[in-house]
Amino acid sequence: MAMLDIRNLSVRFDTPDGTVTAVNGVSLSLDRGETLGIVGESGSGKSQLAFAVMGLLAKNGRATGSVAFDGREILNAPPAVINPIRAQKIAMVFQDPMTSLNPYMRVSDQMAEVLVHHKGMSKAQALAECVRMLDAVKIPDAAGRVRLFPHEFSGGMRQRVMIAMSLLCRPELLIADEPTTALDVTVQAQIMTLLGDLRRDFGMATILITHDLGVVAGFCERVIVLYGGQIMEQSPTDPLFATPAHPYTRGLLGAIPRVDQEGEELSAIPGSPPNMTRPPKGCPFAPRCAHAGEDCLDHLDPLTEFAPGRFRACNRSLEELA
Amino acid sequence: MAIDASAMGRLAEGEVKGRSLWADARRRFFRNKAAVAGVVTLLLITLLALFGDALAQWSNEEIDFAVMGQAAQLGQPSIANGHYFGTDDLGRDLYSRTLQGTRISLMVGIVGSLIAVIVGTLYGAVSGYVGGRTDQIMMRIVDILLAVPFMFVVILLLVMFGRSLFMLFFGIGLMSWLNMARIVRGQTLSLKHKEYVEAAQATGVPTFTIILRHIVPNLVGIVAVYATLLVPEMILIESFISFLGLGVQEPLTSLGALISEGARTIYYGTTWQLLWPLAFFIATLFSFFFVGDGLRDALDPKDR
Amino acid sequence: MTKPLLSVADLRVTFELTRAGDMPWTAPRLLHAVSGVSFDLFPGETLGIVGESGCGKSTLARALVQMVPATGRAVWTDGTDLLSITRAQMLKYRADIQMVFQDPLASLNPRMTVGQIIAEPLRTHHRGLADAEVKARVKEMMDRVGLLPNQINRYPHEFSGGQCQRIGIARALIVRPKLLICDEPVSALDVSIQAQVINLLAELQRDLGLAMIFIAHDLSVVKHISDRVMVLYLGRTMEIAESGALYADPQHPYTQALLSAVPIPDPAAERAKRIIPLEGDLPSPMNPPSGCVFRTRCPRAEAVCAETVPVLSVGAHGVACHFPGPLIRTRRMAERA
Repeated sequence: MAMLDIRNLSVRFDTPDGTVTAVNGVSLSLDRGETLGIVGESGSGKSQLAFAVMGLLAKNGRATGSVAFDGREILNAPPAVINPIRAQKIAMVFQDPMTSLNPYMRVSDQMAEVLVHHKGMSKAQALAECVRMLDAVKIPDAAGRVRLFPHEFSGGMRQRVMIAMSLLCRPELLIADEPTTALDVTVQAQIMTLLGDLRRDFGMATILITHDLGVVAGFCERVIVLYGGQIMEQSPTDPLFATPAHPYTRGLLGAIPRVDQEGEELSAIPGSPPNMTRPPKGCPFAPRCAHAGEDCLDHLDPLTEFAPGRFRACNRSLEELA
Repeated sequence: MAIDASAMGRLAEGEVKGRSLWADARRRFFRNKAAVAGVVTLLLITLLALFGDALAQWSNEEIDFAVMGQAAQLGQPSIANGHYFGTDDLGRDLYSRTLQGTRISLMVGIVGSLIAVIVGTLYGAVSGYVGGRTDQIMMRIVDILLAVPFMFVVILLLVMFGRSLFMLFFGIGLMSWLNMARIVRGQTLSLKHKEYVEAAQATGVPTFTIILRHIVPNLVGIVAVYATLLVPEMILIESFISFLGLGVQEPLTSLGALISEGARTIYYGTTWQLLWPLAFFIATLFSFFFVGDGLRDALDPKDR
Repeated sequence: MTKPLLSVADLRVTFELTRAGDMPWTAPRLLHAVSGVSFDLFPGETLGIVGESGCGKSTLARALVQMVPATGRAVWTDGTDLLSITRAQMLKYRADIQMVFQDPLASLNPRMTVGQIIAEPLRTHHRGLADAEVKARVKEMMDRVGLLPNQINRYPHEFSGGQCQRIGIARALIVRPKLLICDEPVSALDVSIQAQVINLLAELQRDLGLAMIFIAHDLSVVKHISDRVMVLYLGRTMEIAESGALYADPQHPYTQALLSAVPIPDPAAERAKRIIPLEGDLPSPMNPPSGCVFRTRCPRAEAVCAETVPVLSVGAHGVACHFPGPLIRTRRMAERA
């Protein structure tokens, strides 16, 4: 049985401008210890997907569908059900380390809070465990630094603290929402290496949400490409980059400038990301797609498997795209 | 650069109308029922204050000798003898006097607010934008002036130079702009560092033009809200002065003076002399508060 | 040999920081944002400036347009030193040097229409123009950058991020500058939009013969659009070379570490890649290390690196390092492994 099973998840927000559909019928499953990358640009719904799983949607958000963790339904679950799961089974690391930590509390207090609350440890035990974890995330002189305030750490260090905090209860699943976007590239490399090492040592499954295909290439086993709240392509990493099977994936890969290649003209995808107040009837990518036909504006074929483990949602067949 | 045929076509197309942030704010404002009620009430009161005299049968100075001396028995509000709101102790028509009081009070409030807006905004914007020592000096002047107990200064002025309308405006104008200057300066400090101001500086736009073109329009929101909430404050101050008996001189009157008189004569049972001016007073103040709150919600920076 | 459009020599920007509560006579602490950067920029070429946070690249850009006080020389092609003239004298050069900013929406005044925003530089530098002429030029420019001219009365919040950036570019280019300084122009945009804007900038540069200074932290983007690239660290130049040469054969250990850290959208390449780790944190710009500022994190640091500041070597490929050279495992690296 898959550890995390999401079926037909949709997330809508009631705003003064109308109903915004952030996620539009997404289904995916994750096994124990697996690493999944969710790639998308702004408006793709990738962050809202994670928030829905964790029960962290804003007050005006409504999630429908089903999210099963270890067989238990956790979507829209009441606090009594979802709270024990948070941090202990599913932990989340957010994008901006500057604002994710409480600036008025010492790091030791913030971290110990998790253990005292969830594991019932005494403060002394919790503190010792915190220092152990800070060592594990390679913060130099962890014992000396644990009583500092967040602003006394650099950006990369703060993100390590966030990661340490999320791993305190040894969760089975770690969701990282754009963990390195706000960081410099050398720090980003360090954090991604760290996540790789931790995955090896702690064995947890990871969902990495990002817009950076380079980061995904180095870290994830499987990739899901989201656009306009729907899955466009789902595939193991290597084949996705070698033979992308969806016009959007191809467009994205062609639009990225690369350090290891000589500069030809970037093949830009025309148009802009979709306006999610009026979710399109058909394929959300159709307005920007070079291969779109009349039928694409009307309906989108469901996600189908065209090769072992590879899925795509496109009205045009692979042969037609060549 | 040569323009080709297709570009000519694009250039000739009719222009689309833009949806400014003011339009958005206006929409939000009119969705707020309390604010709309406030606006309607204010409109009614203003119309009455300006044109209500046409309906009056008595002027505000005329003494109705039939009622004089017997206000408690004969001075009740009645349509028959033309005293819609009743009369005051001297037999003067309360309706006319209330309307006139409203006129004076509104004038004081609006003039005070206007002075605050014009003087305070410019002072605060210049101080905030220029920064450095100039800013320090300008703000210290504001601090010192704020420390002066203005109520007493105004009363002193009125006592020394006579109780004229002009002196009242002068005194109130002296103090109304101070807080506005502070608020505007604070807002300017944060606007100063926005990228579009940087862009204007990099382009070479002159300093004063930047203040007028980029800073002030983005201040209007907060200034409008504060100015609207300042009007009732001014009216209250004037009313307090009038209540003390130091406000405008007879035969001019203000709502504060009327309330003062009415409060004194309650003992004789002539409650209408208090209730009518008080009702207008409260309605005006509440309306301004609702409108001010509505403006603040409509211009919420989060939605800008 | 053509004359450089802009010749920068020993540019320094130092900020004085006073802490709240300091006595008036306490000497303020100095923040060395830029510590002696020199380069030549030729007409029509694109110089990319890369570096991580705290390297001073944005401050450098602002110093060139007199937005922050700076010392040193920045000599324009007509012989004037832009850093030593007054604000009033600088005005006429501002028509020749324009900037594009990072945050597309924040760089546009939300209360002005797009037409007014784009027209502003025109009105500042060419006051005598008739309204009709201004409008015609604005519409032409809008068409040129890929915006529909009939949108001229719309407001910035009605446009997407990529379109807002096009508006910023139109505003910068309407006065036909000779030099365009782009400060992280695509960092805030989605990947698919980034490509559009990069292509637009490259096209406009070709058509208008612009020189460009392109500042970014994304090495892949910089490589794509630049002729030459300069690598900054803590306010100093580490390496400056032609784009191809820098990326194929970096000589400075910092450049090598930086390039090894860039994620490549190719799983096989990522797995084969060996990231050069940089230990420690970025030193504080208020207290930069002696000698070579990079020595605290450099895998090749020796004693001499703490004593002498390395000078940028002359020639097409300039390196500021006591031990420049391709990536070979030095004795110390081998010891650590």
